Amino acid sequence: MPGFRQTRWSEPTVFELGCEGRSGYLVPPIENPIKEELGDIQIFIPERMRRQEPPKLPELSEVEVVRHFTRLSQMNYCVDLGFYPLGSCTMKYNPKINDYLASLPSLNLLHPYQDEMTVQGVLEILHTLSRWLAEITGTYEVSLQPAAGAHGEFLGALIMRAYHMLSDDLSERTELIIPDSAHGTNPASAAMAGFKAIIVPSDKTGCIDVDALKSAVSNQTAGLMLTNPNTLGIFEENIAEIAGIIHDVNGLLYYDGANLNAILGKVRPGDMGFDIVHINIHKTFGAPHGGGGPGAGPLGVSEELAKFLPVPRIIVEDGKYRLDYNQPHSIGKIRSFYGNISVLIRAYAYILSLGAEGLKETAEISVLNTNYLIKKIRELDVYKLPYDSKRPRKHECVFSTKPLLEEKGIRTIDISKRLLDYGIHSPTIYFPMIVEEAMMIEPTESFEKEELDRFVEVLRKIAQEVKTNPELVFQAPKNTAVTRLDEMKASHPKTMTLSWRMHIKGQSNL
Amino acid sequence: MKEIGIENIDELFLDVPERFRLKRRLELPSPTSEYKVKSHIESQLARNKTSRDIIAFLGAGCWPHYVPAVVKSITQRTEFLTSYTPYQPEISQGMLQLLFEYQSMICELTNMDVANSSLYDWASGLGEAARMAMRLTNRREILVPRIIDPDRLATLKTYIAPAGMSIQKIDYERYTGQLSVDDLEARISDKTAAVYIENPSYLGLIETRNDEVAKVAHESAALFVVGVDPISLGLLKPPGDYGADIVIGEGQPLGNYMNFGGPLLGVFACRGDMSMIRQMPGRIIGMTTTRDGMSRGYSMVLQTREQHIRRHKATSNICTNESLCAAAAAAYLALLGPNGLKELGETILLKSHYAMKRLSEVGGIRVPIFHAPHFKEFTMSLSSGRVDNVHEQLLRYNLHGGKNISKEFPELGEAALYCVTETISKSDIDALVNAFTEILLEGAS
Ligand SMILES: Cc1ncc(COP(=O)(O)O)c(C=O)c1O
Repeated sequence: MPGFRQTRWSEPTVFELGCEGRSGYLVPPIENPIKEELGDIQIFIPERMRRQEPPKLPELSEVEVVRHFTRLSQMNYCVDLGFYPLGSCTMKYNPKINDYLASLPSLNLLHPYQDEMTVQGVLEILHTLSRWLAEITGTYEVSLQPAAGAHGEFLGALIMRAYHMLSDDLSERTELIIPDSAHGTNPASAAMAGFKAIIVPSDKTGCIDVDALKSAVSNQTAGLMLTNPNTLGIFEENIAEIAGIIHDVNGLLYYDGANLNAILGKVRPGDMGFDIVHINIHKTFGAPHGGGGPGAGPLGVSEELAKFLPVPRIIVEDGKYRLDYNQPHSIGKIRSFYGNISVLIRAYAYILSLGAEGLKETAEISVLNTNYLIKKIRELDVYKLPYDSKRPRKHECVFSTKPLLEEKGIRTIDISKRLLDYGIHSPTIYFPMIVEEAMMIEPTESFEKEELDRFVEVLRKIAQEVKTNPELVFQAPKNTAVTRLDEMKASHPKTMTLSWRMHIKGQSNL
Repeated sequence: MKEIGIENIDELFLDVPERFRLKRRLELPSPTSEYKVKSHIESQLARNKTSRDIIAFLGAGCWPHYVPAVVKSITQRTEFLTSYTPYQPEISQGMLQLLFEYQSMICELTNMDVANSSLYDWASGLGEAARMAMRLTNRREILVPRIIDPDRLATLKTYIAPAGMSIQKIDYERYTGQLSVDDLEARISDKTAAVYIENPSYLGLIETRNDEVAKVAHESAALFVVGVDPISLGLLKPPGDYGADIVIGEGQPLGNYMNFGGPLLGVFACRGDMSMIRQMPGRIIGMTTTRDGMSRGYSMVLQTREQHIRRHKATSNICTNESLCAAAAAAYLALLGPNGLKELGETILLKSHYAMKRLSEVGGIRVPIFHAPHFKEFTMSLSSGRVDNVHEQLLRYNLHGGKNISKEFPELGEAALYCVTETISKSDIDALVNAFTEILLEGAS
């Protein structure tokens, strides 16, 4: 098995590099005639509004800047380096052509307030993309504006508010129902939009407990937020009944699209009865995640709800694309301008490249990979697959490492750190919260059988290490840029260091 | 498939109820070769006119600044670009240290103690700041300047309406365009959660009475929130010097392209007392050590504020943010340093004042409308005719006029907001002045 050793630079912070007076960049000069005409700069800013002390920014040469950040980059694992089965995050390969297209000056240098006639090219791309996403999700109209999935959820919840407000029953519609397996953004978004999050439990099959749902539903229900397949990777078979229960009380059904990769071209949220659907472009549609963002979280809605989408909507009239602000029912704005365009361009390129056939195959292979992994991991007879093990999972699966805890006191976090030592990114851990010692594995379609086999082999080895040398696992990782970090200290009010100036202050207090 | 004992892939989808299964092909294009995808999108985008084809004097929340090649080469490194949020710190030190450095540089720039590692943009940051102020003060009203970007104001409204918060606008001085402290004093009360100002303001004015505003806010036990364009802070006094409790702003000017308005970079910083930090939205990276205490390291901190732990009680729902834009800002600030940033500020200041001066010599327009110091942006009003018509005519000169603000501030008449950055040359400005002279002469005749 090939070894792994991450680069270790012990790189100082950027504040400790360089020296006074150094600069890496020559500012475009002011033309002499301008200087002559205007004279002293001081007259333009009153003394009391001028900065007295220069900001304590680093002073580096260009090559020092390059070297510093290149060194940092070498201490960062990424999906282009290897297996990244981070469940719920869909860490797939994103074709390089997408990045190239997103870096074209004909996009980079466009100002959002340019005359519509000078931006027809990008408007047409965005309009077409929104039509494609509507087709993929089975919705009527898609807004490209949300900056991420959670932003889409917030917008979706606001649309629920607007819908109930228009039917004059918002004062009663105070509750949004969310299953206990949901991602944290769901209840957080619901709360931000002013709803009370009502949590319903999952049943023993891992799906939403329909009886519990029935008793949770009332005429206070504004709607339900659900992802399907859910965070266990299980398809909610009762979706028709669930949709019926919600629609019967005039509630709306919201689809968290984080798991859309599993069902592309196979089944559409709109057809299942969902009224509002967000899409995580940075998961499903060919945009890299950038170490935390930017992403994009377009939101699709049914015909009835389209009038609530944020302004402006991109419309086409006589072959000309326009930004339409005249939408009296719109919820307004959730951000400046029109969306994370350079991320959305990648989605356009991705969908065009793969086509209908490619997208369907994407879903199929990702589901196949998951079920292959399940078979192989279960054969190890160490990690447990909670809930019905005969049911196929979709894009991801959740194992529990609880047996290792009971046997040797080794927790999921220890396993996950040990995986890093083998050059494999850890799965998502401790989520969903309904599984103890959870390890959520999403292989995506991007990894070959050999890579999956290697992962299983590493899991087997780690299980063995737990038996023969648990200390090794408890001390992991040792092959990464740093060994196990003290995260308690990082968050403790006494030791917490959130900026360089806090660090300096802390030192002088010692 | 053989391994798992299936013959047809559809066996894995049997739990999808029959009637929902998609029995047709999605109505999308067929798979397309990379070469065709590339030439199609390139030719589509080539139909746009960029600042290479047309000289644009547009700003208003998204600004044409030069992005040094170094910045792009750093943010395009695949190690940063194709990683996820650094949930596993030991293997993600690069991004974590970079974001820690970004936060630290934002603190230096604004003179605040703590910054988060990014929000979506300035507008949503304003919404988050207002909600944070509500949580801290238990009050539900926010005072904002009347001169504010209408989209930013609209975003604020959507963010706070569900929390039952309301907005009052503070008027401006008719002569200077600056915030009216008298009106602020008249409106502030024990219901005020926060007083919000922008500096420079939406119309490019530098506010000069911020010390007084801070005092008025604090005397009413309200928070003082300041919105900034960080590129001005090499030159202008940082909000930390005049009593700001929370600083927000748009980080796009720091090494990020305009990209037709997104992605942007929401800057968010605040004072360092624990009660504030606990209420802060967004991810924060902290410096720590390894468990054995032997070496320095970085990790996400205070996650108990965040949605994945606190769920419906979280300070915000934000998860995916704008980390790579923050990375660009970090590289940009490291490259420029304090001197570069100051010089850049001076260049922008002088160029915009040169444009103001030259344009003010043209008959038929008033530039700027207000008598106050300006930075980067300024207003223009027409004594007759319409901004839209002038705009159409400017296009014929391959010039793109400023944003039409006539509807936003009807009291200013036919007015526009112009922007001049370091990417605009003297000859660009002269061309604009000449075009205006010709257009207005023609209009008069
Ligand atoms: C199931 C689920 N829902 C929602 C989200 C939130 O999406 P985003 O990070 O794009 O805001 C995530 C992302 O981690 C997720 O996994």
